[in-house]
Amino acid sequence: MSDNPDIEEAAGQLISHVPFANAIGIRIISAEKGKVTAKVPYADHLIGDPDSGIIHGGVITAMLDNVCGSSVISALPAPMAIATIDLRIDYMRPAEAGKDIFCTTECYRLTRAVAFVRGVAYTDSPDKPIAHCAGSFMLAANRSDPIGANTTASMIGEMLAKNDGDAS
Amino acid sequence: MSSLHQDLINYFERGAPEDGSGKALIESLPYLKFLGIQTSPQQDGTVLTTLPFKDELVGNAQLPAIHGGVIGSFLEVTAIVQLIWIGQAQFMPRTVNMTVDYMRSGRAAPLYGRAIVSKLGRRLSNVRVECWQSDPEKLTAVAIGNFLTTQDKG
Repeated sequence: MSDNPDIEEAAGQLISHVPFANAIGIRIISAEKGKVTAKVPYADHLIGDPDSGIIHGGVITAMLDNVCGSSVISALPAPMAIATIDLRIDYMRPAEAGKDIFCTTECYRLTRAVAFVRGVAYTDSPDKPIAHCAGSFMLAANRSDPIGANTTASMIGEMLAKNDGDAS
Repeated sequence: MSSLHQDLINYFERGAPEDGSGKALIESLPYLKFLGIQTSPQQDGTVLTTLPFKDELVGNAQLPAIHGGVIGSFLEVTAIVQLIWIGQAQFMPRTVNMTVDYMRSGRAAPLYGRAIVSKLGRRLSNVRVECWQSDPEKLTAVAIGNFLTTQDKG
């Protein structure tokens, strides 16, 4: 899936420090500065309607929230703690039963205090979205030491630098 | 019509959380069971939802803080449960959109939720939801959402 296995591995760390992200099975499949794509494999415990087998909308909420945060971290010049200010999600269609869910999120504007994000969730193609989201994150949001973010932001930075080096 | 959903309506109409049957029913919904959400209809016509804390729900392990997506999911479930309760809908409401404002981090403690249906429409309903932890005056997050309360597909 990914042409950048190193970045994939590094970006995976963005998720491994988050217990709930592990619990619903979020996996980052590609990452670049300010843009992250991730996957939640279809699983029985995520079903919202047992009759249809459709995944609960809340799973998509959690996924978009988390991966939007990852895209902010990947865009930051220096590691810092972040917190969601607000997140709006538009649901356009249910996710088809049995299909893995993907999402791509983008941090499209970074100020000193606030990061702005948008994202799309889909199963087969981003052109046929399940949901769109738009939100904002507070930067340097709390005093927790951003160990996970710290490690991964710098790791991604290194990977990107290495990638640029390879490309030139 | 989903038989499960009919069971859910029956549960709310009975309004008998004491016998444990409602709890078992809610917990039979996989994602709600996974999160551990409980419901309890109140005298004032609202349904109080409770999310007991567990380590799996953490988003920031250092604070620790409940994952924002868990809070969003909890608010969405609270809104849907309230719509079923007051609307006596014959089908599961479907979320059109939700906007969540996060005001405090969710600490390692139970989260409580309640929803107000601003308008129960024939096709579309508007719901406000809030959640808190130790003090109902100090809200953790609020949300506003639109839900389809019609059986029409598409």
